[in-house]
Amino acid sequence: MASSGADHAVWLRGIEKQFPGVIACAGADLRVRPGTIHALLGENGAGKTTMVNVLAGVYRPDGGEVWVNGQQRFFHSPADAIAAGVGMVYQEFRLVPNLTVAENIVLGSAPGLLRTNEIEERVAELSAAYGMAADPTRPVWQLSMGERQRVEILKSLWRNASVLVMDEPTAVLTPGEAAELGATLRAMAEEGRSVIYISHKLDQVVAFCDEATVLRQGKTAATVDNLQDVDLTSLAEMMVGTSGGGYVDRPPPRDRGPEVLSLQNISALNDRGLPALADINMTVHSGEIVGIVGVSGNGQKELAEVITGLRRPAQGRVAVNGQDVTRASPGDRYGLGLAYVPEDRLGVGLAPKMSVVDNSVVRSYKSQRRGLLLVMDRCVKFCQTLVERFGVRVGRLNDPIAGLSGGNLQRLLLGRELAEQPAVLVAAQPTRGLDVQGVAAIQSHLVEQRANGVGVLLISEDLDELQALSDVLLVMYEGRVVGEYPPDVTPRTILGSAMAGNPPT
Amino acid sequence: MSEAALVGLFVATVQFGTLVFLAALGELIAERAGVLNLGVEGMMAMGAVSGFMVGLETGSPWAAFFAAAAVGALVGGLHALVSVVMGADQVVSGLALTIGGLGLAAYVGRNVVGERPETLFTDLGIAGLADIRWFGDIFFNQPPVVYLAVLLGLAVWFVLARTRLGLALRAVGESAPTTDAVGHSVMALRSAAVMVGGAFAGAAGSFLSLYMAPGWTEGMVAGRGWIAVALVIFGAWRPGRLALGALLFGFTLALQPRLQTFDIEILGLDVSSISPALLGILPFVLTVVVLVIISWRHRHRPSVAPAALGLPYRREER
Ligand SMILES: Nc1ncnc2c1ncn2[C@@H]1O[C@H](COP(=O)(O)OP(=O)(O)OP(=O)(O)O)[C@@H](O)[C@H]1O
Ligand SMILES: [Mg+2]
Repeated sequence: MASSGADHAVWLRGIEKQFPGVIACAGADLRVRPGTIHALLGENGAGKTTMVNVLAGVYRPDGGEVWVNGQQRFFHSPADAIAAGVGMVYQEFRLVPNLTVAENIVLGSAPGLLRTNEIEERVAELSAAYGMAADPTRPVWQLSMGERQRVEILKSLWRNASVLVMDEPTAVLTPGEAAELGATLRAMAEEGRSVIYISHKLDQVVAFCDEATVLRQGKTAATVDNLQDVDLTSLAEMMVGTSGGGYVDRPPPRDRGPEVLSLQNISALNDRGLPALADINMTVHSGEIVGIVGVSGNGQKELAEVITGLRRPAQGRVAVNGQDVTRASPGDRYGLGLAYVPEDRLGVGLAPKMSVVDNSVVRSYKSQRRGLLLVMDRCVKFCQTLVERFGVRVGRLNDPIAGLSGGNLQRLLLGRELAEQPAVLVAAQPTRGLDVQGVAAIQSHLVEQRANGVGVLLISEDLDELQALSDVLLVMYEGRVVGEYPPDVTPRTILGSAMAGNPPT
Repeated sequence: MSEAALVGLFVATVQFGTLVFLAALGELIAERAGVLNLGVEGMMAMGAVSGFMVGLETGSPWAAFFAAAAVGALVGGLHALVSVVMGADQVVSGLALTIGGLGLAAYVGRNVVGERPETLFTDLGIAGLADIRWFGDIFFNQPPVVYLAVLLGLAVWFVLARTRLGLALRAVGESAPTTDAVGHSVMALRSAAVMVGGAFAGAAGSFLSLYMAPGWTEGMVAGRGWIAVALVIFGAWRPGRLALGALLFGFTLALQPRLQTFDIEILGLDVSSISPALLGILPFVLTVVVLVIISWRHRHRPSVAPAALGLPYRREER
């Protein structure tokens, strides 16, 4: 192949990047042709985010070359990359919640004097031109995740980016929103722009993308020139090097044990003071997995918070292991055997700046202390056991936990929550954003806990996962449980209409 | 209580209000950019002493005023260097600035204690308006710094709300990674904001030593820097509310030395028996009350404080 960057929209050549204790990229390559949608695939921690951060001027590579639109570039800051036509939609959105949609879009490329009306008009025109509805006058904190993503894309279009990078864009979207995104990206590619699309959802990758690059442990492991030619299994194989299975097999049905979690007539308000949960009744028994089905934003987050004590219900009663805990603190509930894997891993689940060791012992340090003192050796040993047992890829145990990739954070978090044999586990989106192996690992831990007699409340947006793992499915819509279904015999169409608020009678 | 005493109280209210308003406006700029600077007290002291000395030397109050602003900007630049560029803890750096600034000011001014400059700021009698009964003295016969502060307040509001620079400043105070990603320099924006804030504090200090209490003595700033820091919170980081709060705080400051001379009874309580020290804590009590009210009103929304206030930023760290 001619080794010139001239005919590529993007050419990252031999990129090397090292962080304290981890090699994120070890000579990885990426070539993207103009006018195509290019998938960048790889396991958790393979180096995908690092690669695109190099392209966006956020990270300076230790070695390698960056070519954009046929010219070699040396980016010293994101400003340089923007000037070269690179637009980036980050894995965690980069929007200012307190500013309006229009202000966020023009930030960085605004005229010296802001004429608000004029700017809002032009933003409205742009969003109409690409069929992405977004009210320019609304503050971003009021928007849903899907709307925020549209604002991010509009931001790049406003700068007329010729290369758009999207890091796990559909992890936060509903299925409908994801399909819309596919159409938008295609329209952009037809204008001659290139899109780099990072995702773990291989079916979407095959549906949206033209070509692909697979990273493995910081190196390019495979490239695919035409995604129409390959099937999902071989893609998954390229990512992990071995044939990684899809979803864990359905566990055989077993007898339910005693009731370990029950909610009676629970109602609660959301952060904005609006009703989020209305008259919820549900029970989880020992040794069963109860799956919560629903489009995100229908009360799932509030449900998990009410159960774990992070949100006070307006009404109703919560019981763990038969004891009323409605007024108990999260710590007391943990003491009664309630473990929690929150949706927001870095923030609610783990403290970003604290070390891996500190994060593994914050929940409970009974076995690691002597009197009032923590015994550091025991903390480290405890952490090492978690790391080994749950297959966490870490650098040094004393480095801040924020350096771990998404999948590894989740493994550690789950390990910590399961360390003290809970009676109930509330797991919110436990496999979101994880690679094939990570999903399989987490799912098999859930199934194992079920076999050990733990009652699991599984909140997920992944219908396949819910149907494969759950003993019973509850569908939530606008804060209510609108239906209860057996997982194996219920057709998708029935679940789908229940999720849309029309449970078939 | 005599009419003259009452007018005097309000004249002083406007002047004390101006003093804390100028310093707080500078702090507001820094905090809206995400940098907490607890060094206001020290920067004011440095401005007071250097303004006074330049005034002695040149005989020009304006030269003194701008020299004090420049010194304030330099001292503020130190805070920017330590906390913005090197990423050290802003609280520690700011406190060090207050302690160091007070000490350095005492050292620099040790030979001018007790001296009196010949030329000071004089009151601007605005033609036609200054003679109006009561209001003339209170609003239209004040030193030029009072009117300059009003203009600066309007300018800061305009820049923050209506310009590209203001948008970038507000954004960097809310989220540094976002502002970096769109191509603004976080370091340049924040450093500039802290230095401009320092200039305002330095200028405020010289208003004290060149007009309000002409001369230099150690400790003459007397906690007004801390009142300015509280005022930013009281004003909910908005220039307009800051101005209102400045008048309220200015009133308590003006009242403090006069309290004992008043023979007024309110609800059977002899006003002159209230301890001035108790009055001195009123601004801080009011600030806490306002803080409680605004956080209650914002319980379902993002907080009014700049979200990234106090958080240092380094690009490759997460
Ligand atoms: N800023 C950083 N500081 C320290 N380590 C980092 C940093 N960014 C990434 N790493 C490490 O580099 C490796 C590659 O991470 P990267 O985020 O690029 O993976 P990824 O392929 O995007 O994974 P995921 O699918 O989980 O998002 C990981 O081991 C991660 O822990
Ligand atoms: Mg990533």
